[in-house]
Amino acid sequence: MSRILKTREIWLALVITVLIIAITLRAPGFARPENLFEIFNNTSILMILALGQMAVIITRSIDLSMASNLALSGMIVALINAAYPQIPVPMLMLLATFCGLVFGAFNGILVWKLGIPAIVVTLGTLTIFRGLIFQIAGGKWVNADKFSEDFVQYTRIDFLGLPLLSWYAIVIAGLFFLLMTRTPLGRSIYAIGVNPVASVYAGIDVGRTTFIAFCISGALAGFSGYLWVSRFVIGSVQVAAGYELTIIAACVIGGVSIAGGIGTVGSALLGALFLGVIGSALPVINISPFWQMAISGAAIIIAVILNARSSRQKGRIILKTGSAK
Amino acid sequence: MTQPKLSLFGICKSFPGVRALNEVGLELYSGQVTALIGENGAGKSTLVKILTGIYQPDAGEIKIENKVIEFAGPHAAFEKGITAIHQETVLFDELSVAENIFLGHAPRTRFKTIDWRKMYAAAQELLSDLGAGHIDPEMQLKELGIAQKHLVAVARAMSIDAEIVIMDEPTAALSHKEIEDLFELIELLKRQGKAVLFISHKMYEIYRIADRFTVFRDGEMVGKGLLKDTSQDEIVHMMVGRSVDQIFPKRQANIGKSVLCVSGLGHPTEFEDISFELRQGEILGFYGLVGAGRSEVMQAIFGVTIPNAGSVLLDGKEIRARSPADAIKAGIVYVPEERGQQGVVTDLPIYQNISLPSLHKTSKNGFLRLAQEFALAREFTERIDLRASSFSQNAGTLSGGNQQKVVIAKWLATRPRVIILDEPTKGIDIGSKAAVHEFMGALVSQGLSVIMISSELPEILGMSDRIIVMREGLIVARYDNNDEISAELLIRTAADIQENAA
Repeated sequence: MSRILKTREIWLALVITVLIIAITLRAPGFARPENLFEIFNNTSILMILALGQMAVIITRSIDLSMASNLALSGMIVALINAAYPQIPVPMLMLLATFCGLVFGAFNGILVWKLGIPAIVVTLGTLTIFRGLIFQIAGGKWVNADKFSEDFVQYTRIDFLGLPLLSWYAIVIAGLFFLLMTRTPLGRSIYAIGVNPVASVYAGIDVGRTTFIAFCISGALAGFSGYLWVSRFVIGSVQVAAGYELTIIAACVIGGVSIAGGIGTVGSALLGALFLGVIGSALPVINISPFWQMAISGAAIIIAVILNARSSRQKGRIILKTGSAK
Repeated sequence: MTQPKLSLFGICKSFPGVRALNEVGLELYSGQVTALIGENGAGKSTLVKILTGIYQPDAGEIKIENKVIEFAGPHAAFEKGITAIHQETVLFDELSVAENIFLGHAPRTRFKTIDWRKMYAAAQELLSDLGAGHIDPEMQLKELGIAQKHLVAVARAMSIDAEIVIMDEPTAALSHKEIEDLFELIELLKRQGKAVLFISHKMYEIYRIADRFTVFRDGEMVGKGLLKDTSQDEIVHMMVGRSVDQIFPKRQANIGKSVLCVSGLGHPTEFEDISFELRQGEILGFYGLVGAGRSEVMQAIFGVTIPNAGSVLLDGKEIRARSPADAIKAGIVYVPEERGQQGVVTDLPIYQNISLPSLHKTSKNGFLRLAQEFALAREFTERIDLRASSFSQNAGTLSGGNQQKVVIAKWLATRPRVIILDEPTKGIDIGSKAAVHEFMGALVSQGLSVIMISSELPEILGMSDRIIVMREGLIVARYDNNDEISAELLIRTAADIQENAA
């Protein structure tokens, strides 16, 4: 499994490189380091979200409510910042993360204790969270002039040549790598995705592990809520509407298997970067943003075909050893 | 002698690491019922799958009325008039009775749409012919009981003019009355000249309904003939075999004090009043037919299911396992029967499989220590002589025997007191079998206690210190294993066959 994915990651990295070179030929300057860093920065939020989604998908579930969770958590801290600008921004970041965690835990509890399929639960909470935004904000927007200076700057401050926003993504990716590869929890997440029955027999609590995966995706969505509002300097009901599909697309393009059990931190990041590069490249070479949707759609289908092919290959190998006996 | 309707010659079928069928033959005759008899794992279901086109044989030929035929797939067998009725009927619960009967060949109207009226009428007629006129063809199948579903399955067979009907343990889930009804139906099929293959564990059923028999043992055909010329004892003899061709390790039984004490364990639907004691250094064998409730008892002790009565004491202390994690912590581990499904995580590397239940030991401050994991994997795979090129290899790439070793290594790494092995050598090659047996001997000599569920008589007789026989969710006999215990005795007890009853 890991070998197939490794090569998949290399392939995807190659595709992204080729893409960047091809676009540079049409639009010189695209490959300038500043521009590439800009693309990375623009993709940071998607990368963070894709990591959370990946953890959930590996456990054979799915979190459709991430974008609504993001918007709701973002709106909560936006309103607080507008009303009490003296509250330090790091507190608000923690609060956004905590709100997201609670919303994620709500999803997780329903999936764990009531055994409702994740797709149904999160489809419900997707609309519930959206509806709550409207309720708590009284249907109004929080406009740019309402935010404190710090609130806006905490994603923009330059640190070692990169904006803080990029650093958040880098640090979270690093922590996530440790979580998935070096902790018992990460191992359990993979194990229940690959074979839930055997995992039960090995003493792993499948329901609890799934619940924790939802808490993780929720917390990351909540944190991204602050990042989004700070970056785009707006809080509204429409924030990140429909973005849940982009998050899932990033995972699938990266090679995270919707059937569970397969996916790495690198794959989720590369899937997000691919979408990020497409998104910034097309306007540069004068292709309409609607083509962007078609291209990411095509990328998803190609990724799924590649997934299906790699798993079919595995079946053939088993048969070969069988006939060799 | 009449020509057989269907005959098989020299059929071979191998799976990785195990030879399921070795040059077996079988004949079915029109208007007669042939019983296929054999222990679990003798190759009966593999043969059914070959007959119904699900598996392709590696060698050998299938003839219908002396013409060699090949089944490319299930549909080809269906078209040749072969139909199978399984233990758990494979029909569609959400469709009506008539739709189930005519699925795939429903009568059409001029416009090629389904002619419902004609279909219901034809279904009613077929059912009436079978003496089941009371079943309404418009009813949804899920409203019927299993016996009635069998009737629908037979009606389906009639609707395609099936000449050969395979019944794979059709009585397993039926009551006495329903079994009698089924037998009447089989008599009807006989009168209509169908060739019937009847698979059952129950001797009295076989003598009640079948004309001929064929016995399989370990994937080989060991006997066939007419039932009226053969006694039950002779058939039991063929099933068991005279020669014990497996050699079991001699070991010094050094049995100590009681370790595990189970008393009055019960479950609402699966078993009741299960009491037994397991002593240190002992191998306790559980024998019974498939479905006798042995695995279910062990799963309750291991915390997979929750019993509703009784208690489990380990070293005198009561343990209430609400989940496998509780049982593992207490020192009881379970090596399940379905190796691929419940045992190994095939897409994880070997070392991760082994460390899975021991992660709290190989990690520190919430972080895994890979070096410790590898050390653990190395220590326990060496002890069981696992052959793999690398611990990072996915467990799914190993042979069945080596996968079983990975599962056992995984449990040993938790340093248990009691290890429960459910069919530990099912479907693995002879070499790995011997290694597993030898290893069980080594385990008990180190002071572990072993419970072994097995449906293989030589294994039960060769390995156990004591044997408990279960039947239909109850313990029906306990034996100290000595030379007076014969395979015949165990089969009789497990299947409830009276001595010299034939």
